[in-house]
Amino acid sequence: MNYTFHWRPAFRALPDMLWGALVTLEVAVLSMVLGVFFAVLLALASGSRFRALRAFATSWVELARNTPALFQIYMAYFGLGSLGIYLDSFPALLAGITFNNAGYLAETFRGGLRAVPPTQVRAARSLGMGPVQAFRLIVLPQMFRVVFHPLTNQMVWAILMTSLGVVVGLNNDLTGVTQDLNVKSFRSFEFFAIAAVIYYLIAKFVTGSARLMAWRLFRY
Amino acid sequence: MIEIENVHKSFGALEVVKGVTMTVEKGEVVSVIGGSGSGKSTLLMCINGLEPINSGHILVDGTDVHARGTDINRLRRKIGIVFQQWNAFPHLTVLENVMLAPRKVLGKPKAEAEAIAVEKLSHVGLGEKLKVYPSKLSGGQQQRMAIARALAMSPDYMLFDEVTSALDPQLVGEVLDTMRMLSSEGMTMIVVTHEIAFAREVSDRVAFFHKGKIHEIGPPAQVIGNPQQPETATFLKSVL
Repeated sequence: MNYTFHWRPAFRALPDMLWGALVTLEVAVLSMVLGVFFAVLLALASGSRFRALRAFATSWVELARNTPALFQIYMAYFGLGSLGIYLDSFPALLAGITFNNAGYLAETFRGGLRAVPPTQVRAARSLGMGPVQAFRLIVLPQMFRVVFHPLTNQMVWAILMTSLGVVVGLNNDLTGVTQDLNVKSFRSFEFFAIAAVIYYLIAKFVTGSARLMAWRLFRY
Repeated sequence: MIEIENVHKSFGALEVVKGVTMTVEKGEVVSVIGGSGSGKSTLLMCINGLEPINSGHILVDGTDVHARGTDINRLRRKIGIVFQQWNAFPHLTVLENVMLAPRKVLGKPKAEAEAIAVEKLSHVGLGEKLKVYPSKLSGGQQQRMAIARALAMSPDYMLFDEVTSALDPQLVGEVLDTMRMLSSEGMTMIVVTHEIAFAREVSDRVAFFHKGKIHEIGPPAQVIGNPQQPETATFLKSVL
């Protein structure tokens, strides 16, 4: 092995990489917020009376869960592009990961909803609560506990998936920045090792704070 | 006053309540006894509109429970119900369980709702368990909490749906004591129960349900002590 490690230039680039990590987080957080939104709609649609809605929800969930995330992002960028819908790298990546998040989370929410027994709603209604109030005060908090850990997992997964943005030309997230630095300096090992550590720390931070939150929230 | 007029109720093709008529006066305690599947619990669910009915009328203080224009959420404030499976809200403490409806349904300020909850919980002997989550309570304690939760709405009527059936035998007594206390305070109660001795002790009247109908109704000394109908006698023999 005749590779000499040069860590100094890599560490000098750390601020740039950290700025990149911020973009990474931005994509991940946005994709989760949008993913949760669409997942709720999908979970509701999959229990709908209308066959078309159910079919739509099932197709989304099936595709999101059974095809590579990379293809989902390719589709948003190149696939839609060949249909004449051109998305920039950032929105294409966001769309791809959101699609993936929503598919996984829809199933999570569906299960969470089922985990709250209907007798809870009955008890709430018997106290004079309306259906919306019963859902908000009784069903939702209990469902939240059931879906909390899957939600955390998906968040970590979303952070890691953002690294795929580099294949659709995203160059200002952590992977994009690292790739640029690598091309310029060829200190491949050093840069990618540092990037990996940053990903690792972000993921650990997310799971750690989630654990803390769960401990605070779910005392029962 | 609760007036039940010729009520029919089916689940699909299965008719479980087949024309029931009865009246419960203010301050009265009426126990409903009968075999499983005789329709007695279903009737209870119909009284506060948790189950729709197919025909007939149920009037609570003159308001038709199942009429289109009835504000059922408002009507339910005066009809408390306690279920067989107590249905504690697991994510809330005992105090929060009881405070929730006074705050969110009646719109009472937090301090007032809390005062009501503390009072009702102390009344059923749970004054020491305010900050505890239901999962830490015994079945009997959870059931008493459910009673306090219903009482916190200051209902005019209390419905009890086999509230001791899911309890261990040694926990039945504490729940029955709580109900005894309520009846001595003049609460209007309809009690669906398998506790024949209890029904005999606290009821003004006992109704025997058989195959979706009231087969016999009258004072406990008659229905339980000296049944007029052979079906009532057979049922009592099987449970006593």
